[in-house]
Amino acid sequence: MSTEVILSGAIFIALALGIPMVMVLTVIFGPRSGGAAKNDPYESGIKHMVGMADQKFSVKFYLLAILFLIFDIEAVFMYPWAVSLRELGFLGFAEMTVFILLLLTGLIYILKKGVLNWR
Amino acid sequence: MSLTLFNVILAVVIAISFVGLNAAYLVWAERKGAGLFQRRPGPMENGLWGLLQPPIDGVKLMTKQLLIPGGVDKAVFITAPVLAMFPALVSFVTIPFSDNIIAHPIDVGVLLIFAFAALGSMSLLVAGWSSRNKYSMISSIRAVSQAVAYEIPLMITTITVVMISGSLNLTDIAARQLDGIWAWHIWPFQDDVGFNLLMPISFLVLFVCSVAETNRAPFDLGEAESELVAGFHTEYSSMGFGLFFMGEYANIVIGASLTTVLFLGGWSCPFGDLGFFPLTHNVGWFLLKIYLIIFVFIWIRWTFPRTTIYGLLNLSWKYLIPISLFNLLLTAALLKVF
Repeated sequence: MSTEVILSGAIFIALALGIPMVMVLTVIFGPRSGGAAKNDPYESGIKHMVGMADQKFSVKFYLLAILFLIFDIEAVFMYPWAVSLRELGFLGFAEMTVFILLLLTGLIYILKKGVLNWR
Repeated sequence: MSLTLFNVILAVVIAISFVGLNAAYLVWAERKGAGLFQRRPGPMENGLWGLLQPPIDGVKLMTKQLLIPGGVDKAVFITAPVLAMFPALVSFVTIPFSDNIIAHPIDVGVLLIFAFAALGSMSLLVAGWSSRNKYSMISSIRAVSQAVAYEIPLMITTITVVMISGSLNLTDIAARQLDGIWAWHIWPFQDDVGFNLLMPISFLVLFVCSVAETNRAPFDLGEAESELVAGFHTEYSSMGFGLFFMGEYANIVIGASLTTVLFLGGWSCPFGDLGFFPLTHNVGWFLLKIYLIIFVFIWIRWTFPRTTIYGLLNLSWKYLIPISLFNLLLTAALLKVF
């Protein structure tokens, strides 16, 4: 068992180390030149930067991220339930139905509140 | 199946070579397909029908300078392309190409693929954020909110299939569908589920989600060329860009493989096992199915115009998530009734 774990870990580590090698090859083969113009952020050839990277953006994106957390965790809860649904009997089904309906109600509430209405 | 060092080496070599080859030649297929859809020949210069174009492009990318602009967060900037490629590569390890061609069978294969898909959207975030460029920044916000929105219907639709098969192991899920074309999960009638009319719709949901998750047109808001230059990889050059590009195509292959295993019967022959070579269950059918799906991906990309970010997010939150939740409840109920 433990060797199996170590070996499956080895697959992932080998793959993880294989990809940065490509970047290393680029650094070896590629030219190395610098200069002020090369170090500037890309701006379609305009010399002075128009607008900064750390500008404000719509708060809706934060709301969506929080919504995602709720629904993602819901989905994760459902995986073990789905695998063992056949053994769970009717009670297991009923309980999860209540859970899903609660979340659906939440989604409807969110939609009615206008979280997803973009101007 | 016990795991030996030989299996490990085989898994790594197969994963890297299959993904690399696919990524390279899917770029060629994409350009050729784009050309044919627009009634022009596409790449023709190097080799027969431009078949030597991918290796030449690879060498060219390799010998360009890896530019790191002044203002960027260096460590994160360099990590991002690796993060884009790694999840796709790792997911390949658990995809069953046939009943015995699988690098490393894992009992929670479906979960592993989704876990690493989430890591993939992380790469878009850190790439855009560390670039210190407004185009990259806007793009990464868009790409992440999109990836996040479409992950939910994708996961919930998959739960439906997991529920029918009672397993998270991709080999088991595919092995349930070996009795010819009518046993595939895409059809409304399944054993012990009775008649679930929403199954084909759930296949469509999964397909739309995998198009959106791979950031491809018509859902490529992350790299909308006409608005955001190149999106989150605007600042990347040489192999940094190359890895993002390869990661995109590797993700397409993963999406197609997942769709095939979950809904289209994996390596099963559509006519059932007839006992003589091309008509048995073999890896050829799997490859045929995934390349057909990839062709549809390319077809869609060059047919439909780009949507807006609002329309895109609303499609997921207002339609796909309720549909997939409803289908989940219906399938669970049917599974209990029958």
